[in-house]
Amino acid sequence: MAQVNYFLTEEQQMIVDLARQIAVEKIIPVRAKLDENEEFPWDIMKDMAQADLFGLYIPEEYGGFAKGCFENCLALEQLAYGCIAVTTTFAASALGGYPILLFGSDEQKACYLPDIAAGKRLVAFGLTEANAGSDAAGIQTTATEDGDHWVLNGTKQWITSGGEAEIYTIVAMTNKNKGARGATAYIVEKGDPGFSFGKKERKMGLNASSTRELVFNECRIPKDRMLGKKGQGFIMAMRTLDLARPGIGAIAVGLAQAALDEAVKYARQRIQFGQPIISFQALQHMLADMATKIEASRALVYSVARTIDDGTKDTAKISAMAKLFATDMAMQVTTDAVQILGGYGYMKSYPVEKMMRDAKILQIYEGTNQILRNVIGQSLNKEYAKK
Amino acid sequence: MNIVVCIKQVPDAKTVRYDTEKGTLVREGVGAIINPFDFHALEAGLRLKDAYGGEVTVLSMGPPQAGNALKEALSLGADKGILLSDRAFAGADTLATTYTLAKAIKKLGRVDLVLCGKQAIDGDTAQVGPGLAVRLGLPYVTCVNALSVLDDGKTMHLRRVNEDGYDMLELEIPALLTVLASLNTPRLPSLKGKMRARKAEIPLWDARELGAEPGMVGLAGSATQVVSTWVPTFEARREMLEGSAEEQVEALVSRFKEAGIL
Repeated sequence: MAQVNYFLTEEQQMIVDLARQIAVEKIIPVRAKLDENEEFPWDIMKDMAQADLFGLYIPEEYGGFAKGCFENCLALEQLAYGCIAVTTTFAASALGGYPILLFGSDEQKACYLPDIAAGKRLVAFGLTEANAGSDAAGIQTTATEDGDHWVLNGTKQWITSGGEAEIYTIVAMTNKNKGARGATAYIVEKGDPGFSFGKKERKMGLNASSTRELVFNECRIPKDRMLGKKGQGFIMAMRTLDLARPGIGAIAVGLAQAALDEAVKYARQRIQFGQPIISFQALQHMLADMATKIEASRALVYSVARTIDDGTKDTAKISAMAKLFATDMAMQVTTDAVQILGGYGYMKSYPVEKMMRDAKILQIYEGTNQILRNVIGQSLNKEYAKK
Repeated sequence: MNIVVCIKQVPDAKTVRYDTEKGTLVREGVGAIINPFDFHALEAGLRLKDAYGGEVTVLSMGPPQAGNALKEALSLGADKGILLSDRAFAGADTLATTYTLAKAIKKLGRVDLVLCGKQAIDGDTAQVGPGLAVRLGLPYVTCVNALSVLDDGKTMHLRRVNEDGYDMLELEIPALLTVLASLNTPRLPSLKGKMRARKAEIPLWDARELGAEPGMVGLAGSATQVVSTWVPTFEARREMLEGSAEEQVEALVSRFKEAGIL
């Protein structure tokens, strides 16, 4: 049976194969246990490091492979086929690393990127606060200059890999009167004086991923830890998210594919009324819709990622589209997979209930799908004003 | 430490199908993998290299497509792969195989350690490791599942599993070991390794290159002759004995006598 051909190069196919091998051999056998125990997947992070995956998007001069958003998406999709909590931990390191790659000085890049590429140190990205979610301008963490240092005060919330990562790229206000234009980005390291971690959150899903508060109490960091220019923190965060969002779309595609595979396998085996339930049209139509939407999402995510890699500027709208469409799809497909497995689907001994619980976060993190619709809508308004 | 790891490409057991009429494997459409035990031999070699330096050379005898198995070994970190391939090598039993492998290892020059999997999952003979050691004049230990190297860099402490438990052995290199799956957990390939493997050329050594005598390789050099293969037929009969317990016992005893069991 023919499959859609995305015309991958031999090297891209290699990345797909390697990530799939990690998903099948290392992630799938332990995903239920990691979920149940809310355990951080250190062993798998080490496997990914040894397989060179952390260096995908990092330039060769820093020990990476200088691949683009597309190759990153290919890897994320396959890893997510295994478990999106594990994949989120991996992806969060890129989210935290992008600001250093995009806006860091040569010294900062030389200091951090080799370790990030080798997977020696994980990175986390800290933007969200209790009162600053979709409205990032509401950030209350402050950074003030004090001689050769910056002093940080405030609390970041729900930070992926908080406590486990060793490098943190965070956004703090240097001038509250300027709103979003008063935000600046910094690199903070685990162990910096005055930097500690709050409670580990308990979540509906995504349990193998660590979600914690970052607490800055008179946290002193050297002057050279500022990323880019003062006042550009918000723009840097938005550009980072534009680059990362297709990756979330890719995670959604991998997760949905895994749910479809489980659903079809089950529907072919389950006998009711004397025949496999896949012979019933009601189920066939559900599965057909699932498969078609997955393929449409994959095509969109890949196309957007390739557009970004082509050097296209101002990708906020299309990045948002890739994340929005694919993650809404993943929520629906995983919910339908549970429905197809029926009572078994609701049980923890089958993998689809976890997939459904995990899927929900995709519609929320890295920009809620409502905010993404705003981004797309505002872009349309701008586009059409010019016509 | 210069290490040679012998690997064999075998049919992927997950995709194997049987022709139940002929009693043979259906080779078409069957995937090929590195013999699972050999992955552990390779991992052992790579770990020794990581710790003590040197080179890991992977050796395989087989048809040209066995070059893919060698490339896979390169993607895991082996330094070079050599394929022993010649039409004349076809049909080799363990006697001819060990002759051919030994010729190649001698040609490589200084080798400190030869590693093999315990056995291949297709032939299941477990003879190639020991046979090769004898041909090379090396001491050997089979079924190793723990291994450490002492500070002198040449004395090894080994745990050999046997039917009753295990033996602890000391062995000095150069030597040959065959290993069990419980020795280690093989690593994943790395992206760098895969990229290197893709570009790597696998040298192909034929009988002439090895200086092998024609009568010693392949079918001609094999002592084993496969006369025929068949699937044993399984015939089971069932008979329910009736009556009182005494009558049933009596009937059972008489059946046993008829069958020559009693």
